[in-house]
Amino acid sequence: MDWGQIFDNTITQMFGVQAVYFALAAIGLNVHFGYTGLLNFGQAGFMAVGAYGVGISVATYDLPFGIAVIIGLLSSVVFALILGIPTLRLRADYLAIVTIAAAEIIRIMFRATTWRDITGGSNGINDFSDGFYSLNPYDGRVSFGFLDYSPRQMWVITVGWTLVLLSVGFVYLVIHSPWGRALKAVRDDEDAARALGKNAYSIKMQSLILGGLFGALGGIIFALGQASIQPSPQDYGTAKTFFIWVALILGGTGSLWGPVIGSMMFSGLLAFTDSALRDAERADNIPEWLMQGVQVGQIRFILMGLGLMLLMIFRPQGIFGNKRELALDAQ
Amino acid sequence: MLSSDELTAIAETPGVAKPDPILVTDNIVRSFGGLTAVNVHHLEIQRGIITALIGPNGAGKTTFFNLVTGFDTPDEGVWALDGKVMGKLAAHQVARKGMVRTFQLTKALSRLTVIDNMLLGAPRQSGENILRSLIRPLWKAQERENTAQAEQLLERFQLDHMRDEFAGTLSGGQRKLLEMARALMTDPRLIMLDEPMAGVNPALTQSLLEHVKALRDEGRTVVFVEHDMDVVRDISDWVVVMAEGSIIAEGPHAAIGANPAVIDAYLGSSHDQPLDLESVADVFSKEANDE
Repeated sequence: MDWGQIFDNTITQMFGVQAVYFALAAIGLNVHFGYTGLLNFGQAGFMAVGAYGVGISVATYDLPFGIAVIIGLLSSVVFALILGIPTLRLRADYLAIVTIAAAEIIRIMFRATTWRDITGGSNGINDFSDGFYSLNPYDGRVSFGFLDYSPRQMWVITVGWTLVLLSVGFVYLVIHSPWGRALKAVRDDEDAARALGKNAYSIKMQSLILGGLFGALGGIIFALGQASIQPSPQDYGTAKTFFIWVALILGGTGSLWGPVIGSMMFSGLLAFTDSALRDAERADNIPEWLMQGVQVGQIRFILMGLGLMLLMIFRPQGIFGNKRELALDAQ
Repeated sequence: MLSSDELTAIAETPGVAKPDPILVTDNIVRSFGGLTAVNVHHLEIQRGIITALIGPNGAGKTTFFNLVTGFDTPDEGVWALDGKVMGKLAAHQVARKGMVRTFQLTKALSRLTVIDNMLLGAPRQSGENILRSLIRPLWKAQERENTAQAEQLLERFQLDHMRDEFAGTLSGGQRKLLEMARALMTDPRLIMLDEPMAGVNPALTQSLLEHVKALRDEGRTVVFVEHDMDVVRDISDWVVVMAEGSIIAEGPHAAIGANPAVIDAYLGSSHDQPLDLESVADVFSKEANDE
């Protein structure tokens, strides 16, 4: 077993593109769920809207990259309004149902042949990222310590982590303000907030839009990292939403750094189990009847699920969550 | 505040006009399917006194509260606070107009600290706009004023030692106190308390009563729903009795206790007819024979 290599892969992934876009999307979910109590099961839909907003603007309408990013973000605001207007006056479960369906609808619409000229249909969009990479200041592989990235990766990671830090700063400021207090009040008891003159509907809508913007940013970084947008289930499907939920819960909901650390752990753990299992399999440390090489991809998710169960049993608040706060939730 | 002479001068008929009403409601009807939960023809709430709203279970007291505070919408009816028509306003708009309510099941925001619960009540906070909230200097001064006011109120309600605890750690009685103090942060003209004494231990009841009286003494109008008649007798200046959705009587508490309509509503209309002792004895002897 080459533990050095395994360790190397793990650290590289912890700071890699996947960790970045997971972190951005999870910061959004944390605004939704951790601070406002909104159950958004369609964060992948927000990611898709952001990514396609950029992709379509550049590839189909030849707009400059900067404008395309603004269009991508504005599209996610529109998406949030469409989801929020009918559901936010109702009980929390309705938003959950609508978001999970809407995210799939939007992905299938992007995939549809009807609008192939605009969305690329099932081929997706592949030529939209030149405007971004033309700004790349790196011209050779970048390595420091265990980390080693190609110039293109390094550029996405640099921009991505900068966005993550700015987003965390933004969330810190708004949460530690009267606005953030109103948000948490709506989470704890909507009627109490309304009885004190707070417009719960408007507060929830603002939260849905803000968290959706972070999701869209995550989708844009994801698309740039691959230099391609594919309307496939593994890229923007329901599973992606739930992986982001896992990352958020690992880190701890309602905590500032929880979504970021959770995303790094999620990516790191997947890379670790993947490398370790493959290595062990190559060295014949795992008997054939137990696991074969092709099964590594599934088994690492089984281990991930096991880990999540252990976490929920022994540290239900996540890594950064507040246990006392969680205990009060049950009352 | 009205003197007791002026109060006794008011006729004791349901829906009677008051000298200076703060809240006037007309023809409020709310039905759930076939059940008419509330059907209040006319009610005026006198300014500056404590009005108790009593009635048997299911009389529609809480539903009436929900309707006038915007938490539920009536099938028909109009009502006005200080002459301004309030129909069709959402709950948060009603609160901003100066009519604030508390809940029968206390709603402490358990994952906010006690001081944050209080600060939430403060009206017109500029930091509640998301863009302004980013720039601390824009709301810092207002926040400091609100905090000072909140700390004063916490002291008055003997909650200052819990200032930085999560509200979820408070006892039931302390939560009632917090809810009342928090409502005061909005500086309401009319404060509506839904069963303020429910689930509070007797030791704390007395202090809660004093707090309710203090609200009146500082010029606010109080309406409260209560089941405990000792409490009603102790603090209310005027009592309104509801039964089966309508107002059946109103008057000072001394008169209400003797009102036949009220006694009927609580005890049933045949409660005062004497039992026929002979027929009871017959039943017993018959049972004995059967064995």
